[in-house]
Amino acid sequence: MAVAQTPTARRSARDSSSSWRWTDRLGLAFAWFLGLLFLVVTVGIVIYLMVQGIRFVKPEYFVTSPSAGFSESETGGFLDPLIGTLQVTAMAMAIAFPVGLGVGVWLSEYGRPTWLARLTESTVEMLAGTPSIVFALFGVLLFQSPVLAAFSQKNEGIVFGRSFFAAAAMLSLIALPLVVANVREGLQAIPGHVREASYAVGKTKWATTRRVLLPAARPSVVTGAMLGVGRVVGDTAVIILLLGATLRINPAEGFLGEARGTGSTLTSFVFQNAPTGEANQPEKAYAAAFVLLSLVLVLNVVMDFVVRRGRRLTWGS
Amino acid sequence: MATETHHLDAGQRALRSDRRAEFLLGALVVAVLLFVLFLIVFVFREAWPSFRENGLLWFANPDDFDRQVEKIFMSANLLQEPVYEFRAWPIIWSTIVITTLAVSISFVSALFVSVFVVEFAPDWMRRILEPIIRLLASVPSVILGLVGVLVLVPFIGNHIISDDSRREVSYIISLSGYSVLAGVLILSLMIAPLMIAVFVDGLRSVPRNWLEGALGLGVNRWRTFWKIGVRTARPALIAGTVLATARAIGESIMLAMVCGGVGFAPNPKDGLIFFVEPAKPIPAAILQASEELTSPPMRDTIFAMASLLLFSSLFLSFAGWVAKQPMKKYGVRA
Amino acid sequence: MGFLSPPPVRTLPLTGEEPKVVVPNGNGNGNGFVSAGRKVAPSSLAIDRMAVEDLSIAYGSKVAVDSVSLPIRQGEVLALIGPSGCGKTTLLRSLNRLTELTKTASLKGRITLDGDDIAGFEPTSLRRRVTMVFQQPNPFPMSVFDNVAFVLREQASRRPRKRDLKGQVESALRRAGLWEEVKGDLAHPALRLSGGQQQRLCIARALAANPEVLLLDEPCSALDPQSTKVIEDLIVQLREEVAVVIVTHNLQQAHRIADYVAFMYLGELVEYGPAEQLFGAPRQERTREYISGAFG
Repeated sequence: MAVAQTPTARRSARDSSSSWRWTDRLGLAFAWFLGLLFLVVTVGIVIYLMVQGIRFVKPEYFVTSPSAGFSESETGGFLDPLIGTLQVTAMAMAIAFPVGLGVGVWLSEYGRPTWLARLTESTVEMLAGTPSIVFALFGVLLFQSPVLAAFSQKNEGIVFGRSFFAAAAMLSLIALPLVVANVREGLQAIPGHVREASYAVGKTKWATTRRVLLPAARPSVVTGAMLGVGRVVGDTAVIILLLGATLRINPAEGFLGEARGTGSTLTSFVFQNAPTGEANQPEKAYAAAFVLLSLVLVLNVVMDFVVRRGRRLTWGS
Repeated sequence: MATETHHLDAGQRALRSDRRAEFLLGALVVAVLLFVLFLIVFVFREAWPSFRENGLLWFANPDDFDRQVEKIFMSANLLQEPVYEFRAWPIIWSTIVITTLAVSISFVSALFVSVFVVEFAPDWMRRILEPIIRLLASVPSVILGLVGVLVLVPFIGNHIISDDSRREVSYIISLSGYSVLAGVLILSLMIAPLMIAVFVDGLRSVPRNWLEGALGLGVNRWRTFWKIGVRTARPALIAGTVLATARAIGESIMLAMVCGGVGFAPNPKDGLIFFVEPAKPIPAAILQASEELTSPPMRDTIFAMASLLLFSSLFLSFAGWVAKQPMKKYGVRA
Repeated sequence: MGFLSPPPVRTLPLTGEEPKVVVPNGNGNGNGFVSAGRKVAPSSLAIDRMAVEDLSIAYGSKVAVDSVSLPIRQGEVLALIGPSGCGKTTLLRSLNRLTELTKTASLKGRITLDGDDIAGFEPTSLRRRVTMVFQQPNPFPMSVFDNVAFVLREQASRRPRKRDLKGQVESALRRAGLWEEVKGDLAHPALRLSGGQQQRLCIARALAANPEVLLLDEPCSALDPQSTKVIEDLIVQLREEVAVVIVTHNLQQAHRIADYVAFMYLGELVEYGPAEQLFGAPRQERTREYISGAFG
């Protein structure tokens, strides 16, 4: 063949911005500027927090409980907030994940009657747009009612209404829309012929969903859960109103005391140690923010990994 | 035959479990819907006394916002008639100002950045920018608030506010750096990545052959992407903006940290000083008053503020839906 | 036979007997595909507009077009035929430099428009002179009017008023034979037209740019026979005003509307000649095999 090797590209006048109208060129320059600005600001913030965090974080913070005091050396670490974060997140996801999974599956695979599906969609969309402070207030209303006294503590007939239970229940509402949306998207991305193939070998709809569709949609399901965890870990308003944001974890007496007791999380710890908070110890705040940010970073990396691995396994479009 | 009936049984059992699964999932969905309905009804019901006592004056301008809140709170302790008098204008105005500014800033920048990421950025840039944006979207607001309080607020207080401007408004408010500006800047940084994520998805799903069609007609890449790509992705632009606006309206922690927490309506008549005046948006006001929930009249007032937030999120979903309707006609996929 | 031996290749006897290929003779009762016959008398005028000179295009290391040379004339319809993957669409897309949108594509050789190398053109100004209609009708998600006016608005330095565009939009729609069907409701969403109407709208959109060369990439492959006929008639009419290049895998169509035909195979230009000659008495065996349906 005459041209066995790759023909070498010739220089030609590309559709380069130099020929565009000045307004178009200005627009492209603006896009570059904003892209770079974003990069610089975000990297700047992350690096700043990392540097400050590493400066102020001490290993003993991870093993000592916070305590009241006047100087940074007296106030202890953030063991309790750290445990609180993990505990409340786990509890919130224990509610949000199964419920979100169920609603997502129903919306994608059943969705009948149609009006109910429409209503559910808009309700979930509305939940995604509801401020967490509203959830927190509703939680106060709900868990201070005598009916639900079992979920928190009761003192002289007054229901306290603040506990890990209460906070986790309301935090689950924040995570729910993310789980639903991602589960649904993942299921809908599976081509119809996969379902048909499963029906063709005699599997029921439920068996198909459980054994074929959900495993295939796993990357989306995991992504949804991770995004939910991200939001729950980062929320502060619900914690302050419903978990008490106390210095230490205070378990209640009796059955499941830990879950009925109050506590705090890293977010509320940062809030209270910021100059605007009650404790006002910026160095502690930086240290806790560093830990919180690292958690979020790890979450991001894991999510990236799951998504990338999932992409290898999907059907070509 | 024995085996046949056995098969039949198995089939019926599978069918029955199938139906049961559908029923259970449906019941779960209905339960969630009822719960949300319950939430809406109860928040509005708690809020009612405050609206009933104040009428439309609820939205008016008070003499001193923080004093009136104090009065409401104290009235429960003094064994007198509960005081309900509440004028919410400063916090409503603060919310409007901060949300509008932040959403406009982040909409413009998010649009340009998403167009850049999807079509014009070189590969290396795209590969850095995308994870960075995703990371920024997941940074907890309290962390951004902390950076705001420790870096941005002192900067504004020391370098942007001049002594002249401090003196000019000293008879009404003291300027410290805790300001509308700090809130708007950090809020923009917070919601822009949310918008970008939705915008990028929308722009990526614009059919390639529409873009090629325009390029094939001799329209340059920039104009093609704006006229066809962005136009086609308008439903995604609306969805992203609605989501981000909802987040902006509802942000409590970060704004409570950097805006100053003074019940003051920033006055546009003050010129540029307007931007460095403190403010108190509704969610921050709720958060700061949340320790006063024990006082019944205060509690009703707080729920009244919350119901306004809830109403705005209901309204936003609806407004987004309405805005998408005319686009359906020309086949822009929602 | 061992499976290491090469797969059987259908070869034609090189000497002696005539190949057992039924060659259509264009009189209408030959075999199959030419039964419809030529639609038009040969064009009287033919002006050289574009020339492809020793053009090679590769995607990465995969050569898609291999040293092709061709003239493109106004007053004639040139059809590129060949089995799928033979590089005919790549060749077509290189004529208005749409190949550049694929990052891995590299190009060697020369394409000229009225004697000037198109590599020296601004891609946008080139694409206005050499416009493209695609395989899938791709009207923009706007009204019929806005679709046609799109190019006009983009070309103008100041945004023209709707009233001023009306005349040009109407003439483009008339040239594309769509005017009578849409004149009642120009605000109709373009995506709600039928497939054939959509494709004619795309042609109208391309004509609105006042191109000198019109490239059509299998414009009828997604259409029903009725719409195909309308578009074929349109193409034949258009060749007097613009040079037309059409890619098609439909041999009947090429025979019906083309003045010149280029047959490509595996990236190479196997044969180029007047339609009657190429279909009636192909010089190359591979052409003969292809038009008789032996492969492809």
